[in-house]
Amino acid sequence: MDSKNMRTPLSKVRGLGSAKEGTDHFWRQRLTALANVPLLIFFVGFIVVYNGEPYAVVAGALSNPLVAVLMGLVLISGIIHMKLGMQTIIEDYIHAEGMKVSLLILNSFFSIAVGAVSLFAVLKLGFGG
Amino acid sequence: MTNVTQNRPLSPHLSIYKPIPTMVMSIVHRITGVALYAGTLLVAWWLFAAASGEAYFEWVNGIFGSLLGRLVLFGYTWALVHHMLGGFRHFIWDTGHGFDPQTSTRMAWATLAGSIILTILIWIAGYATRF
Repeated sequence: MDSKNMRTPLSKVRGLGSAKEGTDHFWRQRLTALANVPLLIFFVGFIVVYNGEPYAVVAGALSNPLVAVLMGLVLISGIIHMKLGMQTIIEDYIHAEGMKVSLLILNSFFSIAVGAVSLFAVLKLGFGG
Repeated sequence: MTNVTQNRPLSPHLSIYKPIPTMVMSIVHRITGVALYAGTLLVAWWLFAAASGEAYFEWVNGIFGSLLGRLVLFGYTWALVHHMLGGFRHFIWDTGHGFDPQTSTRMAWATLAGSIILTILIWIAGYATRF
């Protein structure tokens, strides 16, 4: 082994780098980006069709099983994608360790809170309001 | 040798960089990402309202349907479309293509033009379904 190289053979084989997650962040970011394309076209289409409709029509549409499942997927894929994106922005611009860690925690909490509220709403409507 | 050192180009600071299309669209991609992040609050609020019952839903719909509400939603639509088209550029770059200045600049302009056109078309469709 090269005497200047501090990496262990096991570390080289695993190839996960110093953050111990390899290309996981990048891959999830691209995977959700790809999923977001059809899912958000569906979401925009839904809003285009149902904007301005009375409550009963909108609630009825959201109780359709296919709509409920797709809406749930829009939220899950979209929220994971945005959480990863904001994490990158925080890591790029915030260098003070305390502030950076605090914002990363807030980013996770915000994403999970938005996801919890909106997913519960979708499930409630999906199961019949 | 001293001359060589003195005439070396310095890395220009952001503020004295002449903005070029690819750079501006890259910055806009990040800004629209942040806008979409904040805008999920509107999506969650709208779904929460729909799950809460008719009275609250109509009240929230009234806010979204107001002039200010529609202005915000129009901007949100544009941010979404721009971010998605910007994402398509990244997919192309991921395959190792489109890095030459001509292609990347053309794609930057296409992102901007496409986002404006598609946003307007989406809103025309949105109004058309109401009549």
